[in-house]
Amino acid sequence: MIERLRGATTATVAGVAAGWLALALLVWAYGEAPAAIAGQLLSGTWGMPYGIGQVLYKATPLLLTGVAVELALRAGLFNIGAEGQLAVAGLAVATLGAHLPRGTPAWLALPAVLAIAPLAGAAWAVVPAILRARFGAHEVISTIMMNRIADAAVGLALARGLAIPGTVRTPDVVPGARLPRLEALGLTSLHGSAVSFALPLAVVVAALAAVWLARSRVGREVVLVGLSPTACAAERIPVARRLAAALVLSGAVAGLAAVAPVLGYKGYFESGLGAGAGFGGIAVALLGRGHPVGLVLSALLFGTLEQGGLVINARVPMEVTTVLQGVIIVAVALADARVRAALLGRGRAR
Amino acid sequence: MSFLAAVLSATMLAQTLRMAVPYVCAGLGGVWSERSGVVNIALEGILLAGGLAGVVAHVATGSAWTGVAAGAIVGAAIGALHAVIVVRGRVDAIVSGLAVNLAAAGGTRFLLRTLYDSSSNSPPVEGFRVAGLGGGSGVALLARTALDPLTLATAALVAGTAWTMLRTRFGLRVRACGEEPAAAAAVGVDVPRVRLAAVSLGGAICGLGGVALAYDQHQFQSGMSGGRGFIALAAVVLSGWRPGRAAAACVAFAALDAVQIVVQDQARAAGYAAQMLPYLAALVALWVIARRRGQGAIAGRPPAALGKAID
Repeated sequence: MIERLRGATTATVAGVAAGWLALALLVWAYGEAPAAIAGQLLSGTWGMPYGIGQVLYKATPLLLTGVAVELALRAGLFNIGAEGQLAVAGLAVATLGAHLPRGTPAWLALPAVLAIAPLAGAAWAVVPAILRARFGAHEVISTIMMNRIADAAVGLALARGLAIPGTVRTPDVVPGARLPRLEALGLTSLHGSAVSFALPLAVVVAALAAVWLARSRVGREVVLVGLSPTACAAERIPVARRLAAALVLSGAVAGLAAVAPVLGYKGYFESGLGAGAGFGGIAVALLGRGHPVGLVLSALLFGTLEQGGLVINARVPMEVTTVLQGVIIVAVALADARVRAALLGRGRAR
Repeated sequence: MSFLAAVLSATMLAQTLRMAVPYVCAGLGGVWSERSGVVNIALEGILLAGGLAGVVAHVATGSAWTGVAAGAIVGAAIGALHAVIVVRGRVDAIVSGLAVNLAAAGGTRFLLRTLYDSSSNSPPVEGFRVAGLGGGSGVALLARTALDPLTLATAALVAGTAWTMLRTRFGLRVRACGEEPAAAAAVGVDVPRVRLAAVSLGGAICGLGGVALAYDQHQFQSGMSGGRGFIALAAVVLSGWRPGRAAAACVAFAALDAVQIVVQDQARAAGYAAQMLPYLAALVALWVIARRRGQGAIAGRPPAALGKAID
C-alpha cells in the first residue's frame, strides 16, 4: 500500500513537473511570458465558477472513456477504439432521442436514451472483440480501423437522412430525453457552464466498474486473464470469452460517454461532437493507475488542460495543451517504469 | 465513362502511385521498427512531423531537396525518441506511440500558428517539378508521378530495405533483436543500440513519406496524415512483417484510395462509402490472415520478441 502510494506520488510529481516545463518552454518559444499564461490558465479554469463548471463538463466524457480504456487494459487489451464507439453512440442517442414522441415523459425517455448509448458503443466493439478473442487479431489495429470506419459511417448516416437536410447535425432530442444541468440543483454559481447530471453518472459508473473488477466472478477472471492468460487457460477459465467481455464492456462504457455532450449539453449530435475524448480516455486511464479515485483525478487534470487551452487560445495556440498531454503521458509512464523496475530489482535481490 | 473504364485508366494508375508513396514509406518504417522488436504506432505522428519539417525547410531555403533532408532528419529524431522511451525507459510502446502522435498532432498545429499564423495550412511550396511534363491527361499525370524523385526514392527504398534486412549483417542483427534479444545479447549484439538504429532508420523513411504527402499537396495541412500511418501499420501486420509484401499491401491500400478519388469524380454520394473501403478491407484482411495463421496455413508471424522489454 505504502509502495503503491509512493509510486503514485512519484508519477504525479514527474507528470506535473514535465507538464509545467513543457508548457513554459512552448509559451516562451511563442514569445509570451510563461508565468502570465500559466496564471491565466489557472484563473480561467479553477479560479471562477463558470470555469470550474466547464472543467467538470470536459472531464465527464473523459472519465467515462478513461474507465472504458481501463476495463480493457485490465484484461491486457488496448481499446484504442473509444473514439469511434463514442461517435456511433452519440449518433444513436441523438437519433433515438429525436424520434421519440414529442411529449414522452423523462422517466420513460431518459432510460431509453441512456440504454441505447452503451448498446451502440458495445456493438461497435463487437467486431474487434471477436477478431481478438476468436482469431487472435491484434485489437489495437482493429479498433483503429473501426474508428476510421465509424468516421465514414457516421458521415454517411448523417448525409443519408439522419441529419437535418443541408446540415451535419441531427434534429433536437425531445425535452424529456435531455439530461438536466447541474445548475438545476441550485448550484447557481455554475450558471452557464455545460456540466450536467452526466457527471454524477460517470462517477457512479467508475465506482461500479471498480467493484465489478474486484468483486464479481467475471470481473476478477478478467483481471486474472490480463495477468496471465496461460495460467487462466490451465485453470479452465474461458480466456477468449473473458477477453471479448472486457472489450465489449469497454465499448459500452465508451458509448455512454456520448451522453454528456449529446444529452447534457447540445441536445443533438453533430459530426465531430465529442471527438478527442476517446484518445483522451487512454491518457486518463494511464494516469488513473487502476483506481477509481485516480481516474477521477486524472479526468479532472485533462479536463482542466482542455478548458485551459480554450482560455489561453487568444494569446497562445491552444494546441500547446495537446502537446502537454503527450508529454505528461510519457513522463508518468517513465516514472512508473522506474518505480516498477526498482521494486522488481528488490524482489529479485540483485 | 463507365466505372470499369475509370478504374482501369491511366489516371487510376497514376493516382494509385501518387497515394502509394506515403503509405509505402510509412510501411517500411513500420517494418524496420517492428522487426527490431519495437511496436510502432507513432508512424502517424512521424508522417505529420516529417511533412511539416519538409515544408518548413523548403519554404525557408527554397530548395525541395533541403525539405527532403529535413523531413528525414525529423523523422529519424522522433523515431529515436520513441525508441529511447521504449527501450531505455521501458515504457509500453503503445503508450509511447500514442503520446508521440498526440504531441505531433498538437505540435504541428502549434508550429503552423507560430510560423505561418494559420492553424490549418502552410504557405504553398513548389515541391519537385519534372521538366516538360505538363498537361492534365491521365498519361501525363502518370509520367509526372512515376518520374517524381520521391517516387523513385521510395521504389529504391523498398528494394534497399528488403536487401539490407535479409542480406546484410545489420539486417541480421535487427532481426535477431526482434526474435531473440537474449540470444543476440549473448553473442555480443548491443540490443538497445540496434533497436535504436532500426527505429530511427524507419523513422527517417517514414518522415520521407510525410514530405511526399506534403509536396503532393504543395503545402502542409494540419492532420494531413489522415490515418495513413495506421493503415501502413496494418499493412505491415498483414504482410507478415516482410518488406516487399508490406510495400505491396501498401500499394493495394493506395489503390483503394485511388478508387475513392476516381469514384468521387463520378458520384459524390459514393464518397463516404468509398472512404470506408481501405479500412474495411484492412479489417477483413486482418481476419482472414489471423484465421489462416491460426491454422498454420501461412508463414509470416510477428517477430517473437515484438513488444517485449529486454531484461
